[in-house]
Amino acid sequence: MYCVHCGKPAAEGEHLPCRGGRAALEPPRFCADCGRRMVVQVTPVGWSARCSRHGELTSAGASRLTD
Amino acid sequence: MTAAAERTHDAETAPQDAPADVLAVAREQVLERGVGLSEEQVLAVLHLGDDRLDDLLALAHEVRMKWCGPEVEVEGIVSLKTGGCPEDCHFCSQSGRFPSPVRSAWLDIPGLVEAARQTAATGATEFCIVAAVRGPDARLLSQVREGIKAIRESGNDIQIACSLGMLTQEQVDELVGMGVHRYNHNLETARSHFPEVVTTHSWEERWDTLRMVREAGMEVCSGGILGMGETVEQRAEFAVQLAELDPHEVPMNFLIPQPGTPYEQYEPISGREALRLVAAFRLALPRTMLRFAGGRELTLGDLGAEKGMLGGVNAIIVGNYLTNLGRPAQQDLDMLTDLKMPIKALSDTL
Repeated sequence: MYCVHCGKPAAEGEHLPCRGGRAALEPPRFCADCGRRMVVQVTPVGWSARCSRHGELTSAGASRLTD
Repeated sequence: MTAAAERTHDAETAPQDAPADVLAVAREQVLERGVGLSEEQVLAVLHLGDDRLDDLLALAHEVRMKWCGPEVEVEGIVSLKTGGCPEDCHFCSQSGRFPSPVRSAWLDIPGLVEAARQTAATGATEFCIVAAVRGPDARLLSQVREGIKAIRESGNDIQIACSLGMLTQEQVDELVGMGVHRYNHNLETARSHFPEVVTTHSWEERWDTLRMVREAGMEVCSGGILGMGETVEQRAEFAVQLAELDPHEVPMNFLIPQPGTPYEQYEPISGREALRLVAAFRLALPRTMLRFAGGRELTLGDLGAEKGMLGGVNAIIVGNYLTNLGRPAQQDLDMLTDLKMPIKALSDTL
């Protein structure tokens, strides 16, 4: 698993900046499955984040939709 | 005498021997006569101690109520074109020059229509379409044109604003023709600090776009970001430069340090300083719409946002921002209800 805020392995390091107040205002930027940078679209009430390998994650479902 | 000339005149004729209390001066000058504070006076306000903050906020609220009224304008924004910007605005995660995690993205027309619908559903009367660009090219303007057409065809009559960077006169005229009623282009910071923040274009280029926008009959929206390493003197300078621009609206952002940008390690400004700035800007701009924009969640939190609404602010962006998330729109709408501040109706803006 990878950190969705910095893209590094979630189990390595402290990820302090990834758990602060600023991170709470960020949609996921990296794929939790592979750590790739995702294409993210923020909308007035939500967001969507697409990994080229693992499909799209949305705030509405907060679950992964496969291509 | 113009407001700017009157402001200068008041500053020059103030007694020099015994410095008057700046809030007493502001009460007479700004509240009673509607003349914004001078740079020197704004600086004095920004130097007030924390023990005067409540008095300052109360006066700013009185000024807002007298010269703007109780209504609050609610706006939603969306990024039509995200990331990959050629400019080097040091605060921005969308610059292609920094190793930011933000990747380029385009919102399609159905997505834009849906974003406008979501915004209107909150009760907002304003929807701003934003693109991370130096200025719009033909493709972007075409997308904006088609998007506005589709929003109207969906039956949504929300007011549409745009923020597409620096414009040529032809582009200004084209946006007017599309029915864009307001244009946002932030001056971002004081003129003296701008070269520290952006090197790929100048403050004067931004000013030129704003001048064309005004002359074309669109409403001018221009504010900036506080907490980008500017001095307190430069904050006062910025407030007065905005007053000289005399925009319809000033959005006030507080820096959210973005990963990968040169300002990544900057500390957000304190809540008290943010509130002092909100009130000081209101006293410099008594008749201007002052909007809470990005960064208030991090800087002020829930209680601070309420204090700001009672300290001079009379407009807010609800929901999410361009690349950052905001608090749920309903939370802001509930706050306005609790504060007994009516949301400006669409009929009032048409």
